[in-house]
Amino acid sequence: MSSTTGLTIENLSMRFDLPNGGHVQALQGVSLDLKAGELLSVLGPSGCGKTTLLNIVAGFLAQTEGTLMLNGHEINGPDAERGMVFQAGALFEWMSVRDNVSFGPRMAGRKAKDYMGNVDHLLEVVGLQDFKEKMVYELSGGMQQRVALARCLANDPDVILMDEPLGALDALTREKMQSLVLKLWKETGKTIILITHSVEEALLLGERLIVMAPRPGRIHREYRLPFADMGVNADLREVKKHPDYAPTREEILNMIWDMEEEIMGTAGEEA
Amino acid sequence: MDSTVNLLCTRERLGETVTELRATPVPEGQIVGDTFVPAEGCIVATGWETFSYQFGTLGTELWGETKTVFASAASALPSIAIYILVILACMFIYRAVKSGLTKTADYTSLKTVTFGDESAVRSDLPASILSIVLIFIIWGSFTGSALLPGFLHLPAPFVGESSFTYTLEDADGNRDDAEVFIRVIPAGAAASDMVFDPGAGLAKNDGAEIGIYRSDNILWDSNDDVTRRANGARIVAINGAEFDYAFGTDGAGRAPSFNVGFARVAITDRGSINVVPDQGWQMQPLYLPAPEVVWTRFIEIAKYGYQNVYLTVHLGFSLFRVIVGFLLGAAVGIPLGYAMGLSNWFRGWFDPIVEFMRPVPPLALIPLVIIWFGIGEVGKIFLLFLAALWIMAIAARSGVSGVRITKVHAAYSLGASRWQILRHVIIPNSLPEIFTGARVAMGVCWGTVVAAELVAAEEGIGKMITTASKFQNTDIILLGVIIIGLVGFGIDMLMRWAERRLVPWKGKG
Repeated sequence: MSSTTGLTIENLSMRFDLPNGGHVQALQGVSLDLKAGELLSVLGPSGCGKTTLLNIVAGFLAQTEGTLMLNGHEINGPDAERGMVFQAGALFEWMSVRDNVSFGPRMAGRKAKDYMGNVDHLLEVVGLQDFKEKMVYELSGGMQQRVALARCLANDPDVILMDEPLGALDALTREKMQSLVLKLWKETGKTIILITHSVEEALLLGERLIVMAPRPGRIHREYRLPFADMGVNADLREVKKHPDYAPTREEILNMIWDMEEEIMGTAGEEA
Repeated sequence: MDSTVNLLCTRERLGETVTELRATPVPEGQIVGDTFVPAEGCIVATGWETFSYQFGTLGTELWGETKTVFASAASALPSIAIYILVILACMFIYRAVKSGLTKTADYTSLKTVTFGDESAVRSDLPASILSIVLIFIIWGSFTGSALLPGFLHLPAPFVGESSFTYTLEDADGNRDDAEVFIRVIPAGAAASDMVFDPGAGLAKNDGAEIGIYRSDNILWDSNDDVTRRANGARIVAINGAEFDYAFGTDGAGRAPSFNVGFARVAITDRGSINVVPDQGWQMQPLYLPAPEVVWTRFIEIAKYGYQNVYLTVHLGFSLFRVIVGFLLGAAVGIPLGYAMGLSNWFRGWFDPIVEFMRPVPPLALIPLVIIWFGIGEVGKIFLLFLAALWIMAIAARSGVSGVRITKVHAAYSLGASRWQILRHVIIPNSLPEIFTGARVAMGVCWGTVVAAELVAAEEGIGKMITTASKFQNTDIILLGVIIIGLVGFGIDMLMRWAERRLVPWKGKG
């Protein structure tokens, strides 16, 4: 792995003016070095700038300070090299499942015979081989997120940015999808940044985990965790029985709890 | 100096003192407040007087109109109440019958809370059928339609022959009875001579033929031995009912009148007999023709046209205008809406124009369009173009703003170009909004074309109505109204069908 591969974020700040003359410091001095193939999960209370960070990496927002480099070039606007998976509502409901998944290659002007094999393969990987011709609005929420994952992978991006991709799913589906994300991560070797509200999810999926603090948004603490590697092709419930799991979870929960209390002055129910 | 001044004038009218505001031109060379002298009884009104007078009279006038409107509405209340009672009665009967039948047991019918749960309220088909049937029954009973059995008819006007007697008294106190034969004939029937026996005595029998819904003055003494003028003869009783009335005096409103069964008989001031045959409860065909008359007319016009223009031509022209105007409006309005939804500059440029033109009803532009383009096709299509343009522009604009930003972000992240995002994301995503706009626009265009044709056209369904109204062909007016309603309904059904076929993802995003 050469030093030019991977994502480098240096001293990133984001500050914007408000109509009333004030301003918001959404991010301040965020630095991060992500090697190719790493899976980073980002945790933090509401308003800590997680989504702003992701939108800047995706190229939807311009930072006011700092640099972002991906594979040796600066990030400037959205690009197919950085794929996005959103919480919900990002699929094109006027297209079939197959047309959604093949959207990227089609837009790139590639010939159908060149990408259709890969599209079918990805649909099989996410378990939707029998739903290719269905319209996406005919699928359940979990299936729709699997379409979104497949669509992102079909475009073969260098980095996958996930903005609470499993946040809208029920607990059971969510657990299954977490296994799927780990499996896809190992099989494809993609660099992934995953934003989540769930401490459990961040622990289970994040090879690295950063906890962000609000006002101004900044990196509060960083962890390197063994659980993601353990969880590949294994039962995630077994992983949770690891002796380090519960103490780490409690530590992070308390950390975020304290931040939330500081913001709201009351105790939140779930971090 | 060519100018005008408001004068406040006081004058006598019917014994009352009235004050009026009058705008009067100031004669050449005179100056208000200097050489100008207002007319007798007038003073130059101050600004405040002008203002307060206008609002005072406006208030008085509007108050009078309000009273008229509420009085009319109140007079309609009994009929509406009867209508509602009939419908409620039918509802109770239907429900009573239905509760005795086997119940459907689908999910909605098992809901116990239906009052307040809109999803549990379904249009009751029998009620819809009854609603239409009831309209035809009301229509038929008010017109004496042959489609309805007679007992459902409201009392019809009297047609046929009947008679009443009058008692004559001459100046010497001699009395004699005579009969008046009345024959009421249907409208348009040929008049014929009445043959009757004049009888004997001072008074001779009389006869008159009266058209339906008309009345007649019987000059009973024209054939009698004694007359009003020469012998001071007068009528003292009708059908034996005596009365005492001083003829020739100012007794307005006190002249006696009698119900003789088939007619109302009144004695006029001059002593003649006014006969008004019973007009029944039904409406005159001039006001409301019977359903079968309208149907016959429809067949006739469909086959042979009206005023040398076939119905297909009337309808074809109206539809042609609507479709061409709508398509032009959509062809310009949709790109305009997209431009407004996608670019700051275009949003800023067109917002004032669109927001100003949107509340202006196209009907208000008819006079201007006629002045500009004449009464040809160009003007009418321009009008419909304008009607559709703003609606379609606003629909397309809100369609663009309705695109979820995550979809656009996802498309950018998948490497799509701006053009591809417009083509594959924004346009399909805005189609449901555009279809809704198109339905509204078609409705407005259909209404506008009829109104435009009422004002000026050579052919078209609105023109047919105007022509028919000039000849008092109420049946054709009614036919036109029904055709307009059915076609408008058909257009909307067609648009809904197209919507279901073309944008099945509507509301599923």
